[in-house]
Parts: sequence; C-alpha cells; structure tokens
Amino acid sequence: MIPAATREKIYKWYAVANVSDLPLNEGRRVYFGLHEVALFRLPGGFRAVANRCPHKGGPLADGIVAGNSVFCPLHNWKVGLQCGTAKPGAGEADGAGCVQVYPVKVMNSIVFIAFDEVSSERENS
Amino acid sequence: MNRKKLVVIGNGMAGMSCLDEILKRRPDFEVTVLSEEPYYNYNRILLSSVLAGEKPLDEITINSREWYEDHGITLCLGSRAEEIDPKNKNVTDQNGIVYPYDLLLLATGSNPFVPPIEGVNKRGVFTFRNMADTKNILEYGAPEKQAVVIGGGLLGLEAARGLLNQGMRVTVVHLMDRLMEMQLDLTGGEFLKREIEKLGITVLLNKSTAKIMGDGPAAEGVLFKDGSMVPADMVVVACGIRPNVELGKKAALHINRGIVVNDFMETSDPSIFAVGECAEHRGKVYGLVAPLYEQGKVLAATITGDKGPMYEGTTLATKLKVLGIELFSAGDFQAKEPDMEVVSYQDHAFGVYKKLVIHQDRLIGTILIGDAQDANRFLEIIRKKEKVGDKRHRLLFDQPPAVAGSPTDVMSRPDEDTICGCIGVTKGQIVQAVREKGLTSLSGVKACTKASTGCGTCSSVVQSIVVAVAGSKFQEEKKEVLCGCVPFAKEKLRNMIKTQQLKSVQEVLDIYGNGTGCSFCKPALSYLVDEVLCGDHKEDRSARFINDRVHANIQKDGTFSVVPRMRGGVTSPAELRKIADVAEKYNVPMVKVTGSQRLDLLGVKKEDLPRIWADLGMTSGYAYAKAVRMVKTCVGTDFCRYGTQNSIATGIELERLLEGLYTPAKVKMGVVGCPRNCAEATVKDIGLVGMEGGWQVVIGGAAGKTVRAADILVTVKTSEEALEAAMLFFQYYRENGEYLERTYDFVVRLGLEKIRRETIYASEETRRGLMDRLNKARAKTVNPWLEESARPFHPRQFHDFVLPKESEALIGSLT
Repeated sequence: MIPAATREKIYKWYAVANVSDLPLNEGRRVYFGLHEVALFRLPGGFRAVANRCPHKGGPLADGIVAGNSVFCPLHNWKVGLQCGTAKPGAGEADGAGCVQVYPVKVMNSIVFIAFDEVSSERENS
Repeated sequence: MNRKKLVVIGNGMAGMSCLDEILKRRPDFEVTVLSEEPYYNYNRILLSSVLAGEKPLDEITINSREWYEDHGITLCLGSRAEEIDPKNKNVTDQNGIVYPYDLLLLATGSNPFVPPIEGVNKRGVFTFRNMADTKNILEYGAPEKQAVVIGGGLLGLEAARGLLNQGMRVTVVHLMDRLMEMQLDLTGGEFLKREIEKLGITVLLNKSTAKIMGDGPAAEGVLFKDGSMVPADMVVVACGIRPNVELGKKAALHINRGIVVNDFMETSDPSIFAVGECAEHRGKVYGLVAPLYEQGKVLAATITGDKGPMYEGTTLATKLKVLGIELFSAGDFQAKEPDMEVVSYQDHAFGVYKKLVIHQDRLIGTILIGDAQDANRFLEIIRKKEKVGDKRHRLLFDQPPAVAGSPTDVMSRPDEDTICGCIGVTKGQIVQAVREKGLTSLSGVKACTKASTGCGTCSSVVQSIVVAVAGSKFQEEKKEVLCGCVPFAKEKLRNMIKTQQLKSVQEVLDIYGNGTGCSFCKPALSYLVDEVLCGDHKEDRSARFINDRVHANIQKDGTFSVVPRMRGGVTSPAELRKIADVAEKYNVPMVKVTGSQRLDLLGVKKEDLPRIWADLGMTSGYAYAKAVRMVKTCVGTDFCRYGTQNSIATGIELERLLEGLYTPAKVKMGVVGCPRNCAEATVKDIGLVGMEGGWQVVIGGAAGKTVRAADILVTVKTSEEALEAAMLFFQYYRENGEYLERTYDFVVRLGLEKIRRETIYASEETRRGLMDRLNKARAKTVNPWLEESARPFHPRQFHDFVLPKESEALIGSLT
C-alpha cells in the first residue's frame, strides 16, 4: 500500500473527516499544510491521492469515480486509486503519469489520512 | 491560333453537363456560354427542395464561378440570345452583341406551358420553372394563405408539397381523371390521390380552369368551366413544359415538337447541335434528367470529332420527390396492346400498389406506389430487356440475392451509369471515391461525392456499391452501443429503462453493464434515466460531471464560473446591482459579458458557490450543463424600427418553457424579429426568425467548431405556433439524440424530412405525446441554486476539509 521509496519516512495519522461527510462515489479536497489531497469514498472503503492530475494539474477530487478509478474533470485522464497510476482517457493523446497515494483508515466512523512529517512541512514533489 | 469557337446557348443542367463532357475530351475550343438567367449553373431539380425549405437557394449551385474560370469559359450572364444567323455563323443577344461561332450548341431547355386563360397575368400567379419563380413564390407565399396549384403532374405535386411546407393551405386541380397521367394508370392515380390527400392537400380532378378571378390586380380565386370556384391568394401554374425551339426556328433548323436531332445529336445544320429538353430524338422529347446526361455524352463525342457513340433513347423512369410518398414508374406501364400481360398487387389499407407489364416474356414497364424499394431491380430488368422466363411467378415479391440491390448486380452496370440523378453522380465516380479515399460507409460516400444527398432515393444502390467495393471493411450506418461498459444501443437502453422502470444509473449499470461504468457512460445514463422517466428518476450525483454536482462550470485552475439566467438577454438595474455586489463581496477576479447575452462571474471558489447563489437570488443559467442554455434575442418590435415580430417577449417565453431541462448536448437558441438576424438565430440549435406575418422555425444551426446555417423546420403564422413547433422539435431531440450529439449532427443524421414527419406533421396523438412528456419533465425541474438552502443533496455537498496546521496526530506514527 505504501510506495517502497517512502517507506522509511515517518507517517502520522490525522483525522480529516467523518465518514458521513462524504457521499458514496464522490471525492472531496483535503488541505493540510502543503498537502492537497483528494479523498474518495468508494463502495469498498476510502482512498486518498494527491489532488493534482499529472497531466495538467486538474483537481482529481472533482472527477467522476468509476470502480477503483477517478477521471480527471479537466481532460478525462484516468487515475487508479489503488496505486496512483495515471493514463489518458479513451481517445486522448498518449502519455502516462503517477500520483502519490496516501494511506487511509477509518476508526469509529472517522477517516484518518497518514501524512509524512517531512513533506507536510515543505512542498510536495 | 485558330481555335474553334464553341458557343453554348443555355446555362442549365443539359448545357453544362454536356459542356463538362466536352471539356473532359480536352478539345482546343474557345467556349462562350450565353445565360439568360443571371445565375451560375444550378440544379433545377432541387428547386422543389428549395420551395419545401429543405435546402437554401445558394446550396443548389452545381458549377461556381471558379469552374467557369478554371476552364477558360466566357460566361455571359443575363444575356438572352435573340437571333442566329446560320449563314454567317453568329448569334446576337438582346443587347445587340454578336458572337461568332464555328460550332453552336443549343441547350435552351423548355418553357412552362401556360394555358391561355383569363387572369393568368394577375399578381400572385406564378409558374414554377426557375430560380426567379422559386424566389417569387417564396416571397409572395405566407402561412395560412390559400394556394392553388393548376396541374397534377410531377412538378405540380412537388410544388404543392413545397407550399404546404411553407404553411399554406394547398389545393391541386388537374384537368385529367387522375394525377400524373404521364406516369400512372387509373388505379395508380387513385392510390396516389389518397396519399396526397393524407398529407393535407386537397385534390380536384377533371377540373378545367376557366379563369383566374380577382376584382383588383391580384388573384383571388380560380373559376372552373363546370362553374365551381376555389378561393386562392396565389396560383401556381404547372401545366407541363414545351420545348423552347424559337431560336431553332430562327436558324431554320428542322423542327417538329422539338429541335430534331439524329442519333449523333446533330441537327439539320452540321454546325449546330442540340441537347436536353429542347431536342427531339426519334420522335421523343424528354423532360427528365437522366436522358440529358446520356445525350450530353454522345454529343460531346460527336462535337469533338469522335462519331462513334450513338444515342438510342432512354427508358423513361420517374420518381416522385415528395416527402412521405414512394412512387416509381418506368417504361410502358399502360399495357394497351392485347398481347401485353399485367401482374399486379394492391393493398388499399397500406396504400401499396405494384404493377408489372410483360410483353413477349420481357418486362417492359412498372408502377410502384407505397413501396418502391424494388424500383432499381425492375428498371434494370427493363433496360436489359431480359427474358423473364420461369422467374416470372416470383418477380413481384422475391428478391433472390443475385438480383437487384445486391453488390454483383449494381457492379455489372457500366461506370458511366448515373446512380444519383439529383446530383448527377455516376457509378464510376462512387467506385473511384470509395477506392481512392478508402471510404467504408454510405455516409462517407455522401459526404465525399454528394451522391444520395438530393432526394435520397438512390441510397440503397449507393450502399450496395460501397458493400461491393469496400468488401469486408464496409460499415453499416452506426447503431453504436452506448459505451463498452453498457454494451447496448441507446434506443435499446431507453426501452429497458422504460419497461423495467430502472430509476438510477447504478441499476442500469448493475443489470446491463459492468457495474462500474466510466466518465462517459455515467453522465450519459444520468441523462437517459432523467429523460426517459421525465424527471421521475433517482438522481445520483456521483454519476454526474462535477459541473452538474455543483451547478457551476469548472475552470482550468479548479475554480468555477457562475452565470445567472437572464432570459432573452434582458436584465434590470436591480439585477445588475446584485451581481456587482456579489462580485465585490467575494473578490470575483473577472466579470465578463458572454456571447450568450449574459454575465459570467469567473474564478469563484467552490465553497463560495452556495453563498453567492443565496446573495444573487437568481436562477441558474445552466451555462455548465448539457442542457438548455439560453435564448438570445434582438430588440424586435418593442424598439427596433425594422422589427416585424416581438422577439424579446417570444424569446423570454421560449426560455421559460424549456429552461432547466437536460438535453443530449447543449442547446442554444435565438429569436430575431426580422430576417436581418441580429441575434444570429440561424446559427442556433433552435431559432425563430420573425418576418412580416409569421415566423420561420429553424433548427440545427451552429457557430462553433462547425459553422452551419440552420434548416427551416416550418413557417407558421403566430408565435404560439412557432413556440409549439420549437417545443416539438426540442422534445424529439431529447428523445432521439445520441448523448453529446449536437442538433447540427442530429438534423443531418435523421434528415429534415423524417424530423418533420415525426414532429410537426406527425399525428395529433404523437404530437400530444411529445408535448405531454416535455411538460411533465419541465414540471419536475427546480432551480438548482435553491438546492443548497431548500433541500441539499448532501449536507456537505460543497464542503472541503481544511486541517488546522497545529492538528495533532491522533494515533501516533506508522512505521
């Protein structure tokens, strides 16, 4: 679940929302420090990725959710919410990219996202 | 440099198609064309489509100025040839200009025959033959006017249909005991009369016109020899044509009914040739398009010194180009000789009549009414003079695969055979286009060659050619599935949603799809369940695009734009003040006047949206949705000194009637008070164009990536009728448009005729159904900008989460 390269970093869980704050199959933006995260409520649980499409920076939180993917509202790139891989939607030009995936968990109907301490202080790359 | 001088008199279809054939042979001629009409060569056959509002006047030009220039042709427009001096070989026009010739081609066509009755010179009496006639009729006619067409032949019936489309009440009077007696027997005439009457046209037979009445200078009625009378605001005389042989007489040519030509298309003067309707060949004068192409090819050979090809006459075949009626007649259909046999079939309930005439085991003629799909098959058998033999007993109904319509059959025809008579496209041209451009569909050929874009009756033959040439690459006209996620055509899905009352996108996806959908089919299905159930669906916001979730248009930086509704582009000081206050209060980075006569607040943060709507207190303009956008209006009769209709009030009314409804793709509308078109109604999805005494309702216009002039759906008298026609088309588009298909593609895909037939000319019941569903859906709409305060979809619909910087990590670290 956590990308290998960042595994040694220190993560801390932060409460971001109540479960009932999000409708099923929709996303919301979460701001924390320099992080901007797109938080989604899927039928199988919550997912969070960086809220910046690798294509032109579109707000993924506003995209249409289908299965385990979200489609960017600006140019329809398809971003997988399991591992963050991104590719152009049907009929679009070639390309590929990746967005950061944030660990999420739910306890007592509260949604927690894990932010690493370093990048919460400086700009997310 | 003694180039031979070729002078062509007549700039019509016969003269120019013949000249085109001549030029293909690259002779060293110096060509001059004298044209009495002040227009470039146009397609005369399509004048009836112009009258019916199916084509604009400027779209029927065949050869533009460039064509004449490119071929070095001297074109003298408005130059009527008056004299021919065959001795000194020159022609003189009405201005006294003399044109010497070495070779002279007469393509003077024919004149409309006007019977010598009293009153034919009154105002409001027209012939229907050329561009000027058509313009005059269109100008004089107006909705609700009484029109009488004298003559129930091909041209008269096409004129009648055109006038009906212009909203007039039409009566056709005919001297004979049946309509189209040149093409039909008595039974066929009866079948046709019933079909014509079904359209709403009155037909009077055995009526000999005595006089066109009218106390003043204008026609007011038509009096018949039996003493009866029909009131008429306008009269169209379509009593047939007479070959125009005046010049031929002056040149002392051998004249009978027409200018007599031999099999090489030569007249009695070796330097003079004749082609088309003015020519008489083996005792026959032709008034249709197919023979003149054949004659033109032979003449081109003769005149360039290749005396090989000979013209041997054409088996006449006629198709009636009248919306909603299939009629075909060919060859000898009368069976007057005792040794001729008739095979026939009649079904009065369905209006189908088929007749075959057989002579000495050969098919020599046919009449088909109500179902003319076998027309080409029979015509082929007649032209080939095949023996019928033992095929006879299944000739009428059987379509064995190796006969007409099938690829092999069409492909056996010579390349120069004209497939599309309207546009004049040959089999060879279609085959070449398919091969060289790699076309794979009927629509591809239509776009590339224009074949089958006239009356459209040849589309099945054109398609057979594509099948034969493209082989396995051939593509049926697309009945595409909606999406890979829900692999059914839209029409199927509509039925399933309706019959099984599937209320939500997720239900459709679960039962008929892959359960998850994608960013295309989820909004498409959202539209579909809403439209099919007339707003009684279960709204699933997650299946909508972000714009439809937050009722604003997402911008490239993730902010939104807000456009309040401003019906008809009319606002007030109070409204403007509120907009100004909101713009300041929320630091809106830009306020812009849009192309739709509205104001746009750009760069708004999502979380500010509900408060902005509350402060504005206005209705959503739906500038973000595949929905009714706006109605743009001009100033109209309220203020404009040219205005003929109240465009503002009508535009506001139209917007009120349709606002808040989703559509397959955005719908922009315009209402203008006069044909000056200041609010550009003719490039809108739906437009109302006011004129003296009525409105034109136009559809399918666009001024976006595609620019397209709208087509006239109908012309009506009152604004109520105009609004009704607009609403009928609107709902029809909602129900039949593919998702994301704009009206300009929709109108082209379905064709104007089909749309008219299924909306404004549909049965009372069908029209009421469309209106009921529209009104039901309209009643379900709410201003989405009230949603947040009145009944929020989700309590935190616009809420994003901002964590304070000093938030504490609640469960410690994760390593």
